[in-house]
Amino acid sequence: MSNYDPVEVTPLHADEVARAQTDALAAIAAAGDLDELKQVRLAHAGDRSPIALANREIGALPPQARAEAGKRIGAARKAVGEALAARQAELEAERDARVLVEETVDVTLPWDRAPRGARHPLTTLQERIADAFVAMGYEVAEGPELEAEWFNFDALNIAPDHPARSEHDTFFVESVDSGKVLRTQTSPVQIRALLDRELPVYVISPGKVFRTDELDATHTPVFHQVEGLAVDEGLTMAHLKGTLDRFAEVMFGEGIRTRFRPNYFPFTEPSAEMDLMCFVCRGTSAVQGNPPCRTCKSEGWIEWGGCGMVNPRVLVACGVDPRRYSGFAFGMGIERTLMFRHNAEDMRDMIEGDVRFTLPFGMEV
Amino acid sequence: MKVPLSWLREYVDLPAVTAHEVADKLTAAGLKLESIVSHGHEIKNVVVGEVLDIEELPGFKKPIRYCQVEVGEAAPRGIVCGAVNFSVGDRVPVALPGSVLPGGFEIGARKTYGRVSDGMICSEAELGVAESSPGILVLDPDVPIGADVVELLRLRDDVIELEVTPDLGYALSVRGVARETATAFGVPFRDPADLDLPASAETAYPASIGDPAACDRFVLREVSGFDPAAPSPLWLRLRLSRAGMRPVSAAVDVTNYVMLELGQPLHAFDRAKLTGEIVVRRAEPGETLEAIDHVTRELHPEDILITDESGPISMAGTMGGVHTEISGSTTEVVIEAAHFSATGIARMSRRHNLVSEASKRFERGVDRELPLYASWRAARLLVEIGGGTALPGVTHVEVPVEPVRITIPADHPDRVAGMTYGRQTVIRHLEQVGCTVAAGAEGAEGGEGADSGGPAASAATGTVTGGDLSGRLDVSAGSDDLLTVTPPTWRPDLTDPNDLAEEVIRLEGYDKLPSVLPAAPAGGGLTESQRLRRRVGRGLAAAGFVEVLAYPFIGERDFDDLLLPAGDDRRRAARLANPISEDEPLMRTTLLPGLLKTLVRNVGRGFGDVALFESGLVYLPGADAPAVTPVLAVDRRPTAEELASIGASLPAQPARVAVVLAGEFERSGWWGAGRAATWADAVEAARLVAREARAELTVEAAAAEPWHPGRCAALRAGGELAGYAGELHPRVVEAFGLPPRTCAMELDLDVLAALRPGPAQTVPVSSYPVATQDVALIVPVGTPVADVESALREGAGELLESIRLFDVYTGEQAGEGNKSLAYTLRFRAADRTLTVEETTAARDEAVSVAAERLGARLRGA
Repeated sequence: MSNYDPVEVTPLHADEVARAQTDALAAIAAAGDLDELKQVRLAHAGDRSPIALANREIGALPPQARAEAGKRIGAARKAVGEALAARQAELEAERDARVLVEETVDVTLPWDRAPRGARHPLTTLQERIADAFVAMGYEVAEGPELEAEWFNFDALNIAPDHPARSEHDTFFVESVDSGKVLRTQTSPVQIRALLDRELPVYVISPGKVFRTDELDATHTPVFHQVEGLAVDEGLTMAHLKGTLDRFAEVMFGEGIRTRFRPNYFPFTEPSAEMDLMCFVCRGTSAVQGNPPCRTCKSEGWIEWGGCGMVNPRVLVACGVDPRRYSGFAFGMGIERTLMFRHNAEDMRDMIEGDVRFTLPFGMEV
Repeated sequence: MKVPLSWLREYVDLPAVTAHEVADKLTAAGLKLESIVSHGHEIKNVVVGEVLDIEELPGFKKPIRYCQVEVGEAAPRGIVCGAVNFSVGDRVPVALPGSVLPGGFEIGARKTYGRVSDGMICSEAELGVAESSPGILVLDPDVPIGADVVELLRLRDDVIELEVTPDLGYALSVRGVARETATAFGVPFRDPADLDLPASAETAYPASIGDPAACDRFVLREVSGFDPAAPSPLWLRLRLSRAGMRPVSAAVDVTNYVMLELGQPLHAFDRAKLTGEIVVRRAEPGETLEAIDHVTRELHPEDILITDESGPISMAGTMGGVHTEISGSTTEVVIEAAHFSATGIARMSRRHNLVSEASKRFERGVDRELPLYASWRAARLLVEIGGGTALPGVTHVEVPVEPVRITIPADHPDRVAGMTYGRQTVIRHLEQVGCTVAAGAEGAEGGEGADSGGPAASAATGTVTGGDLSGRLDVSAGSDDLLTVTPPTWRPDLTDPNDLAEEVIRLEGYDKLPSVLPAAPAGGGLTESQRLRRRVGRGLAAAGFVEVLAYPFIGERDFDDLLLPAGDDRRRAARLANPISEDEPLMRTTLLPGLLKTLVRNVGRGFGDVALFESGLVYLPGADAPAVTPVLAVDRRPTAEELASIGASLPAQPARVAVVLAGEFERSGWWGAGRAATWADAVEAARLVAREARAELTVEAAAAEPWHPGRCAALRAGGELAGYAGELHPRVVEAFGLPPRTCAMELDLDVLAALRPGPAQTVPVSSYPVATQDVALIVPVGTPVADVESALREGAGELLESIRLFDVYTGEQAGEGNKSLAYTLRFRAADRTLTVEETTAARDEAVSVAAERLGARLRGA
């Protein structure tokens, strides 16, 4: 073009601009998917679109006309741009919705490719009990399972003729006079703790013990106990009671207490049988007329273990002066605790290792 | 101990309380209720009747009689009866129509044998007083007609059965239980042993004590002219059977009755069968005795015997001999009441596996003052029942025994209990128990007092006392308010200060004890090895293994099945003298047999995909360990040498962890095929355990039983062999009946725990970009990958961040006898972005070290 005079060209006509905008908006609205919208964008907002062309012509206008035309075309561009963006968003949302629906899976499908394992409840119950005492400042003491008779019996004030020392109750390592037995209780760990540790001693010792019972629903020749021992200056039976009350509460909930009845053990004097308030009925089932309780058999209390003040003879055998120190000890069966705490009815299940028994207990009991 | 409440009431002024209330109080005092059995409560409407007329009814297979019985009503009743042991004029129990007999058996008027029987004439069995009875119970002729038979015969009773702990021998008697009951209710107690003995200078049958350590008191009395045919009266038989003893004959029943009532076991001899002096002594070599159970026993030199010139006639306090026992023709009776060594009787009873009511009491401790009284009581009862004369003379042989005296501070029970009872309460309870309490350290020092306990005293608590020990137990020093306490002769269990404290605390009530939580010093928490065992358990469970706790008992066969060669260390196992099963007398030296059998059990129950683990001890006797572990003294702390000698003789008992696995370790499913458990899972389980221990585990090929020789890894940590992992030998699989290709791992946790790696150290985390180089190496097929990797690591140097084997190829392109290993090496520097030249140089160096050391070459080179 050789004429440089600014002249008003057709694309700049107001009508033309308006028509281009109308066309563009209609095309945008008509675009059915993102590909069509892309075409519409090229045609109506691309470099060669009528509005773009018009925009380019503004420079050719006489200065007095530029502002007005610019304003008009700018508005058209804005309107088209906004419509495009809106339609773009709309179509993207539609596409996403469609695609995600297509990708739908059945989330109820099983995915047990790597089966889970579990720890044995007798192990985790011992740990839980130990933890309750560790929280009170106790340490976990351990000892051998194949033990010297002296540790298992003599040092615990169990005389050579005591019935527990017969082959009816105790596994002897050959020969019978080898001085070696499978420990019948975790109490020898008490002796080891008193010999090995500085006073005061506060220890808890869970572990495996052995007695010559045939396996049945309520007996097993190999079972587990946890035993606690505290030897310090000024310890009393009240402290023993306080410790077991606290333990009962930690294990079975607020307000659960223990009850003592006189009993006899060679290694404690005085000695007591310890009952646990039934943590299910809290003793109510023992009252006539109330609903029965299966956990405590409506007795209100559950026999849990034995306890007492460490017999001063035991202290003497460990070189501890009973005139200065006193102590208490207590013990309970883990299998029995598992039975009443978890309604396990048959001891055989605990030792047979059937995975169906163990799996439900998971990592902690 | 079964105690009829009526018997208790004879010696205790009990208020109107139920058997349950009595039992609750006794339980609180230490005599635990086992059960309560009620007798006779259901019997109603049984009255005394007099037989007025008997009409024999003919024509039946057995004699049937129609009786007219006067029962105190307007007219006699006609009752049909099949028994013939009564006659007109006898008084008999009659169950009237509408009455109830034991077992809820209701009696009504009914037609039988052609007559209406208007009630029933009862036998002892029908009244529930005997198990069986040959005929009708004929009552004394002077009982009033129409009287209630239940009242008359005292059929209504409650029997309290108590569990008696081994220290409380005295509670194996009505006397002992009555004393506890009286104390519990705060009511008077009448001692049934409080009898007036006849004064006489004469002696009865001659006797002596040959071994004063076996017997410290021996008493004989005689009854002359006894009627051996006299039956035991109903009241006596009723008492015995309710207390759990079977009535036998008058003489036997009387000795049992007195034993139950007083706690003193008695024995009765037929005087006519005794020859010469009776001597209490130990058995001589070769002696035997046929006891009343008709078993002839060879006697042991420590057995305590009653003998006469003919030899043994009784196993003291355990069981009498058959040749001198009371028979149906005995008229001259010698009653023996003695006090034997508790340990002596206990040992004899166990040696011969012979437990009797007498031995139970002697080994728990019998009141040594009882024999004179109990024998007199028995003699009088015999005469009462069977006539004759109780001779006033008595043979009484005694070994003097110094009484036990214990000196305690008056507040000792307070200090044991942790509450204040006060002096008066302490004294009151000790006196209720029967102790004599004196103020001050009177008579004897506490130490000496406790020391001088007789054989019974020491035997009852089962301790070997010595001067040193009692001195160490003496808590009286430093107190200016001392009590010297002499326990009663029926409490030989009271020897130590704490025994007295227990009496006070239990009588005041265990329920009165306060509950005070002591402040334990701050503890150190779990030890590293305790934490490790927990982590290992959790880690293995998280990885899919289920924990089992198998019995640690194994047998020789397990070693054979594991293919352990002769002489293998693992065959050196501790053997039990009395195993549960003769097939499994050994203590495990490896965890594997228990795990493998548990695996088989699970497979048998339909769980073919199993992964199990166990964490526990094995028992490894030292090759040169002493066979006998010493039993040390208990009156002092053992010396370090003594403890070391115990330690040296016990087997090492290291903690192990083991896994076994079979079937699919990753399951098949809708997603596709699963993955069978392999040797690699077993090795990985070991790596998992080692990671928890932060131990570096070296894995190398090995050939150890019971593993597959080509699929077995030795596991080393800290240079020490810690275990093995891999697939089991096919013959082991077959021997245990395992699924094919079962895999296993066993690791010594103590070896890992001993490494103590200390806290984990951080590694610098660089934010510069990673540079990756892949390399494929050809090596001979037998070259362990672990060696290749360590050569590459060494060559690649510090810039190497990680190395990962992503392909193993054996085939044509690798060449015959070779394999191709493809690795990705990732390099990164802490302080800069690496150049291509740097990483290539590092890679080349890695390859050249591998080439140099293992003959590796780049694939395609």
